[in-house]
Amino acid sequence: MAVVFEKTKGLTDVPFHYCPGCSHGIVHRLVAEVLEEMNLLGDAVGVASVGCSVFSYNYFDCDMVQAPHGRAPAVATGIKRSFPDDIVFTYQGDGDLAAIGTAETVHAATRGENITVIFINNAIYGMTGGQMAPTSLPGQVTQTTPYGRDVKIAGYPVRVCEMLSTLSGTALAQRVAVNNVKNVRDAKKAIRKGFENQINKRGYSIIEVVSACPTNWGLSPLDANKWLEENMLSYYPLGVYKDVTADSGEVK
Amino acid sequence: MATMNVLLAGFGGQGILFSGKLLVYSGLLDGKEVSWLPSYGPEMRGGTCNCSVVISDDAIGSPLVTAPDVLIAMNLPSLDKFENAVVPGGTIILDSSLIDRKVTRTDVNVHYVDASKLAEENGMKGSANIIIIGKMFKELGFCTEENLFKAVEKCVPPKKAALIDVNKNALRLGFTV
Amino acid sequence: MAEKVLMKGNEALAEAAIQAGCRHFFGYPITPQTEISAYLSKRMPKVGGLFLQAESEVAAINMVLGAASTGVRAMTSSSSPGISLKSEGVSYIAGSDLPCLIINVQRGGPGLGGIQPSQSDYWQATKALGHGDFQLFVLAPSTIQEMVDFVPLAFDKAEQYRMPAMILSDGMLGQMMEPVTLPDPEKPFDREANIASKPWATNGTKGKRKKNIVNSLYIQPDELEKLVVERFERYEIIKKNEQRAESYLTEDADVVVVAFGASSRVSRSAVNAARAEGIKAGLIRPITLWPFPENAIEAVVPTAKVFLDVEMNMGQMIEDVKLVVNGRKPVEFFGRTGGIIPTPAEILAQIKRLAKEGK
Repeated sequence: MAVVFEKTKGLTDVPFHYCPGCSHGIVHRLVAEVLEEMNLLGDAVGVASVGCSVFSYNYFDCDMVQAPHGRAPAVATGIKRSFPDDIVFTYQGDGDLAAIGTAETVHAATRGENITVIFINNAIYGMTGGQMAPTSLPGQVTQTTPYGRDVKIAGYPVRVCEMLSTLSGTALAQRVAVNNVKNVRDAKKAIRKGFENQINKRGYSIIEVVSACPTNWGLSPLDANKWLEENMLSYYPLGVYKDVTADSGEVK
Repeated sequence: MATMNVLLAGFGGQGILFSGKLLVYSGLLDGKEVSWLPSYGPEMRGGTCNCSVVISDDAIGSPLVTAPDVLIAMNLPSLDKFENAVVPGGTIILDSSLIDRKVTRTDVNVHYVDASKLAEENGMKGSANIIIIGKMFKELGFCTEENLFKAVEKCVPPKKAALIDVNKNALRLGFTV
Repeated sequence: MAEKVLMKGNEALAEAAIQAGCRHFFGYPITPQTEISAYLSKRMPKVGGLFLQAESEVAAINMVLGAASTGVRAMTSSSSPGISLKSEGVSYIAGSDLPCLIINVQRGGPGLGGIQPSQSDYWQATKALGHGDFQLFVLAPSTIQEMVDFVPLAFDKAEQYRMPAMILSDGMLGQMMEPVTLPDPEKPFDREANIASKPWATNGTKGKRKKNIVNSLYIQPDELEKLVVERFERYEIIKKNEQRAESYLTEDADVVVVAFGASSRVSRSAVNAARAEGIKAGLIRPITLWPFPENAIEAVVPTAKVFLDVEMNMGQMIEDVKLVVNGRKPVEFFGRTGGIIPTPAEILAQIKRLAKEGK
C-alpha cells in the first residue's frame, strides 16, 4: 500500500505538550520537515530556549541543547564556532529573543553568526502564564497589563525583523505566519531559505512567525486566529525585511 | 645579596616597566629567583607608573615592594611618594634632569644622574631609564656584566632589534656617570 | 626540559590553555584579567583556534556552554564583577554536567570595588557561583608556574567529573612576571580523541547514534532530586580523591598559618622569618579550594597549638578551616582587603603574638 502521508522523521514520538491552537506545533513540524527534506538531521544541533518551547529538545529528533533564558544565540554561537559544518538553529519566543536576550540577539545578528533563528512572536509570555511580552500590542490586556498595555508606562512593542534588517550581518529577516494554508506554505519556504543561507554561509537568518497563544489570550483557537489577523498583522506586517539573496537587494 | 627589592617609578612612557624587565631578566640569567609586578589600572594611562622588582637567592614571597632597597625615581611625584619608603642604608637613583630637588634623607645613598640630558646629548633620546640602570649596575653590581647585556637582547622585541645596540650603549654610558 | 621564560601570569596561563588543547575562548574585557584575552586574540588565529570577544560576560559564558556541549575544550576568563555576571551560565553548565574552564583574576569588591588584587571571591567560588546545588572544582595557584600547570589539570578534572572548573587567581598573580617553564610543545594534545571521548556531546548525530540532549531542566521533582543526588555522590568521590594542599614546615609547628594563592606567598616569607627567630611556625597552603583539603589540616590538629588563617578578604576560608578544626584548637584570622596585599612583617607580627600567647 502506498504511503501518502507520514510524520516527519525530524520529530521524535514524544507527544507535544502544547495547547490546542498554539502555533508551536505547526512551526515545529515545518522546521522538522525542512531538516528532513534537506537531509540535515544528522548535522543539526538545535538550541531550545526558555519559555513554552523549552521542551522542544524532546521533540526535534536531532542533537539539542537547552540554553538559559535569552542566551540561545550565544549558546548557538559556541556550538557553531566549534563545529562550523553543523547546522545550528535556535528556537526562541518573544520574551527570550526580544527582552532578556536582546543583546545576544542583536550581537549574534551583527556578527553575521551563521545560524538559523526561528522566532515565535505571540505577543505574550506563555510559560509563566500570560504576562506582557516585549511584543505585546499597545492596549493589549495581559496579566501584568490588566488595563491594557499603556505605552506611557510600558513603552512600545519591538518590531524585531525591522530592527535586525538594519544590521550588516543579517542575511535574512522575514516575517511569516501560520494562520492559514497559504501562510503555512510561505513559512516553510522561509524556513528552508534560512537553512539554505546557513549552508551557503550567508550569516544570520531569522524567520519570525506571528503566532497565536489562545490560552493566554483567553480565546478559542479560531478566535485567536481571528484576533491575530485583525490585530497583530497590522502591527507586524508579513514580508521579507532583508534578504541578501534577493537580486534587487530589496529592503521593504 | 640575599634579596634585593627595587622600586622603579616615573611617568608612563619613560620605560619604567622596561627597565624593570631588564633587571629581572639579568637576575634570571644569573640563576636568581625574580619577580616583576607593575602598577596597573588608570594610572598607567599617561599618569604615574611604577614597577616592583625582586631579585633573590630564595623563593619570593610578596612581589610587591613596599620597602625598597633601591628606588629609581624618574620624576618628582615618584620621589615625593617613595623617598620615605626606602630602607635605611638603601639607595636612591634619580634622574636629576627631571627632578630639581635634593633627597632630604641622610640615611640613604643617593645618586643624581642627569640621565635625560645625557640621553639627549648622546643621541639616545628615550634611553634615560637605561642609563640609570647602567648607573645602578655600576654602584650595586646586582648581576654579571655579561648577563646584563644578554638581558638587553632578551628584553628588546625582535621587531625592534635595532634598539639592542642603543640600549647597550646607554648601559655603558651609565657605567661612566 | 624547556627553558625558563619570564611571562606575566595572565599571558602564561593563556599560553598554557593553547598547549592544553583549548581552541575556543570567549571573553569580555575587564581589569585585571584582560591580558588573557589580548594574548589569546593574537595566538588563537595562529593555531586555528577561536578568540571571540562577546557582547557581555553573560554571552561569553553561554558561548562556552554551547562550545562545551559539542565536546571541545572551552574557556572564559574574567575578574570579580564579570564573574558575578557569569554565574547564571555557570549554574546551567553545572546543571548540564558540562566540563569547561573559568578563570577569575580576582579584584576587590563588592560592587565595582577596585582593580587591585583580592581574594574576596572565595565564598563565591566555593559556595555559591550561581543558584542551585552544585560545586565547581576550584584550584588556587600561588605562582606563575602553577597558573600554567593548573590549566591542563583543571581541564582534565572538569572532563573526568563532568563539571565546570575554576582557576581562582588574583590581580597580583595575573599581572606579575616570574620565571616559568611552559609545557612541552613536542607533546601536542590530541583534540580529536578528546572530543571522541565525550559520547554525550551535541555535535550532530551524523546518523550514527541516537540524539543527545544537553539540558538542565527536569520538571519532575523526583527526577531532579535523583540527578542532583547522583551529582553529589560524584562530589564525595572528588572530596576523597582530589584534595590538594602543600604543607610547609608543619610537622613541629606550634603556629600553623593557613593561606592560599597570593597571601600564601607572603605567609611563607613570614613563616621563614618566624623560624629565623626561633618560632615554630608552619604553613598549610590549600591548592584545591573545592574540594577543601580537610585532610592536610586534620593532620596537624593534634600537634598545632593555634591556627592563623591569612586571607586578602575579611575572613572567608576561615569558616572551612574552623569546620575541620572543630573547636579543638583556636583559629585566628588576619586579613587585608580592598586590594591590599599584606606584608610579611604584618603576618610575622601576628605569628609572634600567637606564639607568645601560646606560651
